Amino acid sequence: MTGAFELSMIPAVLPEIMLILLAVLVLVLDLVYRDRENSALGWITAIGLLVAAGLGVAFSRPASEPVLLFGGMLRQDWLTFTFRLIFMVGAALTALVGTEKSGKHLGEYYLLLIISTLGMSLMASSANLIMLYLAIETTSIPLYILAGFKVTDQKSVEAGIKYLLFGAMTSAVMLYGFSLLWGFSGTTSLYELADALKAGSAPPVLMGGLALLVLVGFGFKVSAAPLHFWAPDVYEGAPTPVAGFLSTASKAAGFAVLARVLLAVFPDSLPFWTVVIAVLATVSMILGNVLALVQRNIKRLLAYSSIAQAGYILVGVAAGNELGVTGVVYYLASYLVTNLAAFGIVWLVGRQVGSDDLDAYAGLGKRNPAVALAMLLALLSLGGVPPLSGFFGKLLVFGAAVQAGQFWLAFVGVITSVIGLYYYLTVMKIMYRPGTDEQPLPMTPAWRTALLACVAGMIFLGVAFAPWYGWATAAAGSLF
Amino acid sequence: MIPLSWYLIFAACLFCIGLFGVLARKNAVTILMGIELMLNAVNINLLAFWRYLWAPKADGQVFVAIVIVAAAAEAAVGLALIISAYRRRQTVNANEMDMLKG
Repeated sequence: MTGAFELSMIPAVLPEIMLILLAVLVLVLDLVYRDRENSALGWITAIGLLVAAGLGVAFSRPASEPVLLFGGMLRQDWLTFTFRLIFMVGAALTALVGTEKSGKHLGEYYLLLIISTLGMSLMASSANLIMLYLAIETTSIPLYILAGFKVTDQKSVEAGIKYLLFGAMTSAVMLYGFSLLWGFSGTTSLYELADALKAGSAPPVLMGGLALLVLVGFGFKVSAAPLHFWAPDVYEGAPTPVAGFLSTASKAAGFAVLARVLLAVFPDSLPFWTVVIAVLATVSMILGNVLALVQRNIKRLLAYSSIAQAGYILVGVAAGNELGVTGVVYYLASYLVTNLAAFGIVWLVGRQVGSDDLDAYAGLGKRNPAVALAMLLALLSLGGVPPLSGFFGKLLVFGAAVQAGQFWLAFVGVITSVIGLYYYLTVMKIMYRPGTDEQPLPMTPAWRTALLACVAGMIFLGVAFAPWYGWATAAAGSLF
Repeated sequence: MIPLSWYLIFAACLFCIGLFGVLARKNAVTILMGIELMLNAVNINLLAFWRYLWAPKADGQVFVAIVIVAAAAEAAVGLALIISAYRRRQTVNANEMDMLKG
């Protein structure tokens, strides 16, 4: 355990403090201006989140050596730094996408979004089992409510229940693993666990079993097969911006803890868990891509595509080397802007046309050429076509697999990427088919801003490789 | 004194009963109860380890307190969602929640 509280620790958690203040502000504003119809709350949430991200960049930059803070509860390193940016930008874009002028309970909606982001940010930085569990629950519980947020819509409520029951079960299994980890080592610090377990001469079989128990919880968060059952149902039922948030930021939080816990707590069983992760990655890539082929609902299609994407990202984790983790961080940032753009467009079409069927997209190319072009870019980026960001993410994770000698994993990845491109192209074909309605869809300024930011991010991460790659490398370096 | 392993075996049994309940039962409230059993198995594990092996440290007790709080929050959200589903469709049966599939 490191020392007691010092005032110098405050800047390290400045973004998190900002989030709490923002949450209170949103609640108060909602209370005061309850009866007025305006979209200010969404803008305030988004700007507040961006300010928090900016504070993180300005004041919470980690030192060259990682530091443990608050009695070893949090670790300030580049992994924390990069993932915090991913979560906060993702939440800001989500807030902008879903901004509507009318509608009740908007204050609660943004509050839950902010609290869940706070939990994710703590998840990425926690260096202690207790803190980690608390952060995971702080993330999950608001997300359960958000998934079931439209109480008048039976589908949304059903999605909430399914997400909660599955999430609570997997987190209980993971917690059982945590309890045994603590019991055999006597420490809750992630960075002391490995040595304590070695000193207690825990048998390798036990370590493998514990790694599996813990993986159940993380596998659920990243929606990797075989723990993916919830994803299509929840994405279909949940409000579309929430589905986008679940598929990007929540997944990224899962990967942050997955990489940190596996590398910090189970370094000795690395040969074992790389194989387990490689199997999960293979199953996710094949299952996600093949099942996406037969979907007729765009949200379910994107859900299966997100399972496949989780598979690609797991390839980077399975490599177990620095390049792999760099690829994971790069991929997640690129996936964030890409998938949020796709879900944003699904939200727009779903709201106006009233359907999430693929056929609802017929004629979009005529109705709103700009929106169709953005969707085209998003789908191409998801498929991994250069020069968009998705290509470099894939290049890095597959490169890491080759570097680690897992050629078959890279091979499966490339083959399934081609299958993936097929169903992305199907959606594009439908968009440019003549449709029945040629009325352009109206867009809110907030939505336009969010979409522009996403497209800019996609192109920027694809063309200007260096800045984010530098941070991703630093993040990977802080784990090894 | 009862040896530590008995507590651990008891907790493992309780955990399995809870897991069985989650996987086999159809009623959403019963599934939630199964999850609570699993969490209580975790608590027994933590407290037994704490009492027998690591007694003066506070970690174990803090962990248990946090698990209890998180479990309560989860149950509250779960029951609220189940009630709002019941109001629409007059059922708490997880099998009848079949609007989302494909």
